[in-house]
Amino acid sequence: MSAKVNSTADIALRCTNLHRYLGQGEGRVHVLRGVSFEARRGNVTAIVGPSGCGKSTTLYLLGLLDRPDDGSIWIRDQLMSNSSDSDRTAARGEHIGFVFQFHFLMQEFSALDNVMMPMRKLGKLAEDEMAARAASLLNDVGLGDKTHRLATQLSGGEQQRVAIARALANQPAIILADEPTGNLDAKNSGIVFDLLTRLAKENGQAVVLVTHNPDIANRCDEIKPMRDGEFVN
Amino acid sequence: MSNNLRIALRFLTARKRSMLMSLSGIVFGVGFFIVTQAQTSGFEEFFVKTILGTNGAIRIEDKLQATMFFMPATNSYQESEFQLKTPREARKYIEGVEEPDAMMKALREFRNVSGVSIIVEGSVIADSSFKNDTAKVLGIRLDDHLAVSDLAAQVGRGSGSLDDFRTTPQGLLMGLELAKRLQLVVGDSVILRAGTEQRRYRLSGIFTTGVRDIDRIRIYMHLGEARSLLKKATGASSIQVALFDRDRAPQDAAQMEQVLKHGAQSWQEREVSWLEAFHALQISAALTVSTIILISGLGMFNTLAMIVIEKTKEIAILRSMGYTRQDIARIFIWLGAIVLVIGTVGGWLLGAGVTYGVSKYPIHLRGIFSADNFQVHWSIWHYVVGTITAGVVVMTAAIIPARRAARLEPGDIIRGTSQ
Ligand SMILES: Nc1ncnc2c1ncn2[C@@H]1O[C@H](COP(=O)(O)OP(=O)(O)OP(=O)(O)O)[C@@H](O)[C@H]1O
Ligand SMILES: [Mg+2]
Repeated sequence: MSAKVNSTADIALRCTNLHRYLGQGEGRVHVLRGVSFEARRGNVTAIVGPSGCGKSTTLYLLGLLDRPDDGSIWIRDQLMSNSSDSDRTAARGEHIGFVFQFHFLMQEFSALDNVMMPMRKLGKLAEDEMAARAASLLNDVGLGDKTHRLATQLSGGEQQRVAIARALANQPAIILADEPTGNLDAKNSGIVFDLLTRLAKENGQAVVLVTHNPDIANRCDEIKPMRDGEFVN
Repeated sequence: MSNNLRIALRFLTARKRSMLMSLSGIVFGVGFFIVTQAQTSGFEEFFVKTILGTNGAIRIEDKLQATMFFMPATNSYQESEFQLKTPREARKYIEGVEEPDAMMKALREFRNVSGVSIIVEGSVIADSSFKNDTAKVLGIRLDDHLAVSDLAAQVGRGSGSLDDFRTTPQGLLMGLELAKRLQLVVGDSVILRAGTEQRRYRLSGIFTTGVRDIDRIRIYMHLGEARSLLKKATGASSIQVALFDRDRAPQDAAQMEQVLKHGAQSWQEREVSWLEAFHALQISAALTVSTIILISGLGMFNTLAMIVIEKTKEIAILRSMGYTRQDIARIFIWLGAIVLVIGTVGGWLLGAGVTYGVSKYPIHLRGIFSADNFQVHWSIWHYVVGTITAGVVVMTAAIIPARRAARLEPGDIIRGTSQ
């Protein structure tokens, strides 16, 4: 995947007027109130805003992990908001890399296995190619010497970096990262952020990240502030 | 290795103890299933062998009256009744086989027939110097009869010798129980009386079939002797037939009836009540032992349902990476399949081991057969049916949690766990 811009323009991800209600009955909350947004190839976008404003909820919708109550989502010009579960699943595997706010790893597996997990599903590489790529990604996030550690034997920050390496595994067109540097010190935050921006530039990937760190936000190509379920400008 | 299987193997370790419990339940269930089936069918098999070795696979008796045709006036067995149709229960039989040697020849034409023996039979009173008792004499040609029975082995288990019988025209072979009651040993002489006839014989051998009802009354003697003692110069009471393939006996018997116009009874028909009893025993043993498998299936269901709950986070991660609902379902089906495979192989080994051990266990059984240790029958079908039973139970137990896991929505899980 090179940085060439094809006919589908350079918009990797687009959503319009997303609405999402959460909770049941009395507790039903209008969490997202009309979110519209575009993520361009080669661009890093930061979503910022106070806790509880709906950043994670937005990212889950964009990552096709959840369905909006209203509004549309296009992934590489394909309308995905109403498509079937299997189409959404396939799109997740092929085009989207997701970093959860609470860095989820598969507990019984090594760092290397965790990073290989999405590649195994996609099945485009041979076993040794997958292992080599996973090792190099772990090296990129500064974990070259801990590839065979089990997830449970890694610190919070290390687990977070494994999760980032995993999100990059299939070279997705879109990387959605929910506070990818939340648990990292300044030095590692810098490493991770540099990696993400470099990938965006080199591979033409669209990176959308949520952050509370103003330094990180200011280094992004675009900042989208959110408040009470809406982008404000 | 399939990636889903790889994941399943790791999940397996999540609940080692309850997995091991379900696993051992399946091992024991399958194992005992095999053992009980091996035993019940072992005794059945032994019983069948005993009765085949004693009374043969098929017995030809009694001429079927040719009611479809006009009887020749000279027919000495002619009866006044006349029928056009002959449903089985309405058929008329005439006692005995009139031309046994011709019949023998005809029987040997059947491909499945391995031996044929003419029997002239009659009731006698046996007199020893101590006691007398009623008995049933079977006149045979020794070599013919050896080909349709286990008489050699039966004498081997008793006393005396067949050679002595063969060379002694006045020789007798007597059932063990009868000999005991008459207080006779090999070499003793005994008087047999039939009607007005009365002759002295010598006991050449004592046999034991294991079937008490037979050992208590049966005496074998040479065919010629039987003819003169019983005053049956021609004909035969019955013809005992041995088969290569005993399971074809009912078809063969039916065909013999048609062709030979004599009643022919297969061993399955003759021993139907015993065979049904064995069958009922076998099924009830299978059902009883299957409950062990069923209970371990419930345990298995429980364990898998717990793993699904414990692993919802992992399920969400996998789904977020592009793993489909089927992938998730397959992971849990694999979990069931792994336990099933290990459990059934373990069950086979346990079953085979215990079956072997039990077959060496001494018991003393007399009555419907004579056995000195537990009888077992080795059949692949016991293993197949045990495996199918375990397979159905375990896979049912796996499918329900697997479907539940597949239905989970990644968004719901992530929101639920991250709060
Ligand atoms: N199941 C739910 N039922 C009702 N409300 C919910 C539910 N889940 C989340 N919410 C609400 O939705 C809002 C948005 O949540 P979200 O996780 O998107 O916030 P966020 O912007 O990511 O916050 P943070 O910076 O703390 O991660 C919050 O106010 C939260 O209370
Ligand atoms: Mg959040």
